Amino acid sequence: MAASRVQRAIASDHTVGWAFAFPAVALIMIFGIVPIIWSAVISFQRTNLLSPPVWVGFANYKALPDDPLFKQSMVHALIFATLFVPLSVAGGLFTAIALNRPIRGVRLYRTAVFVPVVVSTIATAVIFLWVFDPHFGLANWLLAKVGLGPFGFFESPNGALYSVVVMTVWGWIGFDVIIFLAALQGIPPELVEAAQIDGARTWGIFRGVTLPLLGPVTMFLVVWSSINALQLFDEVYLATNGGPGTATYVPVFYLFRLAFLQGVAGYAAAIAYVLFIAILALTVVQLIVGKRMVYYSS
Amino acid sequence: MSATPVLDAEPFRDADLKKGSRFWLSPWHLVLLPIALVMVLPLLWMVVTSLQTLNETRHYPPTLLPNSLEWNNYRAVLQEAPFARWFLNTLIVTVVVVIGNLLFCSLAGYAFARIKFFGREVAFVLILATLMVPFQVIIIPEFLIVRRLGMIDSLGALILPNLAGAFGIFLLRQFFRTLPIELEEAARIDGCSRLGVLFKIVLPLSGPALATLAVITFMWTWNDFLWPLITIYNPDHMTLQLGLATFQGAHSSTTNLLMAANVLSLLPILVLFFVAQRYFIRGIATSGLKG
Repeated sequence: MAASRVQRAIASDHTVGWAFAFPAVALIMIFGIVPIIWSAVISFQRTNLLSPPVWVGFANYKALPDDPLFKQSMVHALIFATLFVPLSVAGGLFTAIALNRPIRGVRLYRTAVFVPVVVSTIATAVIFLWVFDPHFGLANWLLAKVGLGPFGFFESPNGALYSVVVMTVWGWIGFDVIIFLAALQGIPPELVEAAQIDGARTWGIFRGVTLPLLGPVTMFLVVWSSINALQLFDEVYLATNGGPGTATYVPVFYLFRLAFLQGVAGYAAAIAYVLFIAILALTVVQLIVGKRMVYYSS
Repeated sequence: MSATPVLDAEPFRDADLKKGSRFWLSPWHLVLLPIALVMVLPLLWMVVTSLQTLNETRHYPPTLLPNSLEWNNYRAVLQEAPFARWFLNTLIVTVVVVIGNLLFCSLAGYAFARIKFFGREVAFVLILATLMVPFQVIIIPEFLIVRRLGMIDSLGALILPNLAGAFGIFLLRQFFRTLPIELEEAARIDGCSRLGVLFKIVLPLSGPALATLAVITFMWTWNDFLWPLITIYNPDHMTLQLGLATFQGAHSSTTNLLMAANVLSLLPILVLFFVAQRYFIRGIATSGLKG
């Protein structure tokens, strides 16, 4: 009697558990898991998303090394990530430390740094196209005051990618600052006081106490920013549309054009998968290196 | 009930700030003032330009203080483009997606946290796996699926695929597991159903985690661009971001109107940010530390 009630309770757990999880699991299956597998299938096909696909084996992948635009896109993404990740993470750390000082007006400074986080990429692009306008923009006028420029910014083949870096750092650095600031405030004051009693100076406390405790958060931001940097799309699409020429082509922008404007979806899916594997490899390397360098408490 | 300090505490505490006003002359101002200016100047110049005449925008050196405030720019923008419609579309999509995530992720998160059911571990690992896969990998088949469902060029295309996500399920599951299980067991013994336990006991204790999920989902959905760009063509079905992008395409030479449109597109989320800054900051801080 008791046993059957237990059995019934367990049976109902299966039903209730699935009833609770089903809507979310079904949605994630249809719009997450199935597309991941389907995308792999498409990468072995030739398709324009309209007429029936043709099976082409590894042809899409084999064509990649001979595609100068693909190589160029990857190089641009690497240059972008190499600049964007250190600038936003180190800049974010520095700004967070400054914003953690108990000085007058610090809340105002914080709000100023946080605001761009909620500004959409399209709004950011519209603003920076105007600030970076070669003829009437604020940037060239201010730079001329210190004897620099004039620059072409987004319109210059050599400067466009760097202009995208500046714009993207402006839009994202607040995110890094918020996370560093939360981590800084999570450091127990006793630790800092103990170090002070032991005679440590400000720089010594920073090197010996603060920096090691920020290790895990820094690691997270480096990995997270790298992933996002290699997936750059919105900023390029909106500010330069890949130009001038192909000066700011990056992989996701290139595959978006291929799949949705030029009807070469199979090849685009192959690029997506290669990029995915590259990102995954980079993340694994970063985590392994990070494990040696970063101190994780408990 | 404090699970993690970040979730419950004020976003940022400044114990020393209240003690004294002797920090007016801190050298840190020399660091912070330039940083703050770089962050704010582009936004301020957007507002200034939106109130200029077209001639003033075509002037070097730039016009920092316009002669008169051209509020007519805003009227012109509202007449030329369906901004109210775009705002309404974005609001509908965002509100439905946020509510969907709160509901479905709560249900699934609770099941994964507390109920032992067949296939639970496999399902959970599969869900977590989707967190690792970048959006560009799934975007082509997702487009094909939404097209097969007949939802291309409708708000449904923006809503349905985003009603639940791995991030929300993971966040809430982790939070639910930190709650004391004794409360739930006592309620179960008193005859409360699983659904009753979730809605009467667990969710009322989960305010901070739900607020985090709501804020993050809100920001993602409100500012999303690539997915609407692919699925929406009709101007009447566009979101604010996509609408602004088309407006930019048509008005790239009338900078003053473009900036007025930009201000209009930013107004709702900026107002919300200033009203609920604490929740935004807390949501971002939590998502980062949990991620």
